[in-house]
Amino acid sequence: MQNNTDFPLLFEQTKPGRTGYSLPPLDVPETDLSEVFESAYIRSEPAELPELSELQIIRHYTALSRRNYGVDSGFYPLGSCTMKYNPKINEDVIRMEGFSHVHPYQDTKTAQGALELMFDLQEQLKEITGMHEVSLQPAAGAHGEWTGLMMIRALHEKNGEMQRTKVIVPDSAHGTNPASATVAGFESVTVKSNEEGLVDLDDLRRVVGEDTAALMLTNPNTLGLFEKDILEMAKIVHEAGGKLYYDGANLNAIMGYTRPGDMGFDVVHLNLHKTFTGPHGGGGPGSGPVGVSEELAAFLPKPVVRRQGDEIILDENRPDSIGRVKPYYGNFGINVRAYTYIRTMGPEGLKRVSEYAVLNANYMMRRLSEAFDLPYTQHCKHEFVLSGRRQKKLGVRTLDIAKRLLDFGYHPPTIYFPLNVEEALMIEPTETEAKETLDSFIDTMLEIAADAESHPEIVQEAPHTTVVSRMDETTAARKPILRYISE
Amino acid sequence: MDFRYLPMTEQDKEEMLQTIGVKDTEELFSDIPEEVRLKGPLQIKEPKSEGELKAELAALASRNVTMKTHASFLGAGVYDHYIPSIVDHVISRSEFYTAYTPYQPEISQGELQAIFEFQTMIAELTGMDVANSSMYDGGTALAEAATLSAGQTRKKKIVVSEAVHPESRQVIDSYGRGQHLEIVTVPHKDGLTDLQALEEAVDADTASVIVQYPNFFGQVEPLADIRNIIDAQPKAMMVVSSNPLALGFLTPPGSFGADIVVGDTQVFGIPAQFGGPHCGYFASSAKLMRKLPGRLVGQTKDEEGRRGFVLTLQAREQHIRRDKATSNICSNQALNALASSVAMSALGKKGVAEMAHLNIQKAHYMKKQLEAHGLQVIFQGSFFNELVIKVEDDADALNDHLVTQGFIGGYHLGRTDDRLKNHILVAVTEQRTKEQIDTFVREVAAVHAKQY
Repeated sequence: MQNNTDFPLLFEQTKPGRTGYSLPPLDVPETDLSEVFESAYIRSEPAELPELSELQIIRHYTALSRRNYGVDSGFYPLGSCTMKYNPKINEDVIRMEGFSHVHPYQDTKTAQGALELMFDLQEQLKEITGMHEVSLQPAAGAHGEWTGLMMIRALHEKNGEMQRTKVIVPDSAHGTNPASATVAGFESVTVKSNEEGLVDLDDLRRVVGEDTAALMLTNPNTLGLFEKDILEMAKIVHEAGGKLYYDGANLNAIMGYTRPGDMGFDVVHLNLHKTFTGPHGGGGPGSGPVGVSEELAAFLPKPVVRRQGDEIILDENRPDSIGRVKPYYGNFGINVRAYTYIRTMGPEGLKRVSEYAVLNANYMMRRLSEAFDLPYTQHCKHEFVLSGRRQKKLGVRTLDIAKRLLDFGYHPPTIYFPLNVEEALMIEPTETEAKETLDSFIDTMLEIAADAESHPEIVQEAPHTTVVSRMDETTAARKPILRYISE
Repeated sequence: MDFRYLPMTEQDKEEMLQTIGVKDTEELFSDIPEEVRLKGPLQIKEPKSEGELKAELAALASRNVTMKTHASFLGAGVYDHYIPSIVDHVISRSEFYTAYTPYQPEISQGELQAIFEFQTMIAELTGMDVANSSMYDGGTALAEAATLSAGQTRKKKIVVSEAVHPESRQVIDSYGRGQHLEIVTVPHKDGLTDLQALEEAVDADTASVIVQYPNFFGQVEPLADIRNIIDAQPKAMMVVSSNPLALGFLTPPGSFGADIVVGDTQVFGIPAQFGGPHCGYFASSAKLMRKLPGRLVGQTKDEEGRRGFVLTLQAREQHIRRDKATSNICSNQALNALASSVAMSALGKKGVAEMAHLNIQKAHYMKKQLEAHGLQVIFQGSFFNELVIKVEDDADALNDHLVTQGFIGGYHLGRTDDRLKNHILVAVTEQRTKEQIDTFVREVAAVHAKQY
């Protein structure tokens, strides 16, 4: 039942006979299709798609866009997502016809411009990560994780070590890590964090063994803390015969300071839609290239983009390859954007990106610790985690704080993650935000903390100003309505 | 040097360092051990100004032959179709493209509703009960369908038709290795799945049968017959990979009892982009709703009773279920799903059917022209917009010649199929004019005549 304040769906605006397209008339002699198709295969009822004019469609989507919030709308300190500015030149470059309208099966001789860009991006990413080879194929971070784990699996199998079935994942890890391990056919084992928020080395020593395939690690970790014992961890894992996997979700903190390859990682994935300005697109497309050490290079997915004489080729002749992980050659469109960004920033620029991302985070952390509990007090890297447990005692939950921020025009931080912090609020400002923006946000957070003490209901009942209020998610899951059905 | 994306001034820096209580930013990095510190600067290219970089990249782009500089008869999963102008205008609205996954529904109703509309349109086209918010692409969607079928039936054997896109089959193989699936390939015969071989392959261990409709060669698989064969095993599932544009004309797989329908919506509003990003879709019967990979948007109400949309059934997903999740997918292709939604809205009920019709008519015209010029079009079944020409000579040399004449030639099937050396798969979309088709046919015939 449609309420009169409901925002209409495309299907509710439809009127038979309206059109919003322009196709050329048929310019060839017509074939009688009833002669070439069996009637059972000719659709009898057209799909119920909308019927609207061009302006109606534009108004619809413009209105929808105004019911949405992006980085260009305002501050978006969503921890672990690196919601930095998405440069406009990137959008211009991918729209160049020579990039956007190239077919993946054209003869490679006719696509050297595209291949050259891919090859050079691989070279830049090799240097930034300190890895031996890079493949741009995986479509997103999780896809890169799975690709990396499949390579580790292939290496162990090649070495006859079939018993290496376990992937160690810290308790603070992102959910994709254990999920990717399962999809790659491994069992995941959790390693505990210590009171400093870092991997507990004793526990790591306890869980490694002959069955260890790999340790997956984000460094800095999801608490925004640098795993300073990384060399010791690498030694423990390597001595047990396992490999070290780097989840590049947090690379924005360390560019130009240190590299996964130098820390002893064997496989790395990057999230080009995070560190290298993607954009996020409302949930993709992303791009999740993988980098590997020399030992793992033979297992890279096919095809490998490499130079052969004056030409860049797509090398399919890779007998040890884990195979194809996606059709064609990765999310080229996102890779073009990332390349444009790297070429805009250069070595000094990328180092400053990390320097300022870390400076901004530490500044916010210190100021916000006035009113919010800070479970880990050492310097953070590009993000930090607060706990809302003090406010919870007043009856104001982290969810309420997040919803109250919406009234002030902010996207809230990541909440209830990582799982090892009670009432977590995970904040990542990024380097592209000005101090004034950080100060306004901090002031707002302090005001919300004060409100939680003096009149908590204003926080508990938030948001007050958005186009809809809190949603009934329970009913949504119990009685799912996943599509429109006309009445 | 100054960087236009970095607003930090010296004064800001001083004030912030003072608040933190450190003397310089180096102190903030003191937890990185000396042994792993990068000693000099990164050895990457020096930065360029906006104008210089644009000029350099434009020069690089101009080195590529494109589907705009040349008339493309190349398809094989990626097509040159009409993209309504409004598509790029909508997806260029930065409230959409600079947003993250819509975790905060109060400020993400735009994206959530757009996805809900996408799910509806995909369900309509495929004839299925539900569809998800998108997958990376058609190939990985198919691999996820194989995984889902194995999990649901607790069986390990996946029967795949050789007439499924070869790269999708390779992706299924890669995923299958992780999941310990047994992938059995059923050969093609006369351009269609060999039904006798299929019947022999499907047994009590079969989790699913995977076919493509229209298949890789453009031929329309007899889904009714395939369903009958699968029905001999009550648990086995029917998975169909389908070009959604073709479903503007063809009876949808849902009408033939498909359990899962996947594919790629590149045909609706997404440029080729050298192979990606495109946009996978994943549709299923209602029974499988709680097993779907990826994100789902559901309709609900807010506290005041207003309709709204949320990400739902999240208990399937990696951020909740971790190692027990139905898939590890996280970022998907939201912006491209939006592009396809806009294109499907613009084409609408009438336009999708009309565009499919144009493709069929032009492809059938080309077939007649090829045959009139003495060229052999193999596979004589019903087809959508692709057909296979046997060229008897060097297919790669033919394509080299065609480029010089302003055409991007077909896909050489011998690349992945030894039985089809020097057979080319050509696609004819609504973008190709009669004149282009006539010239293309003449050029192919001329090269053919010269070689013979």
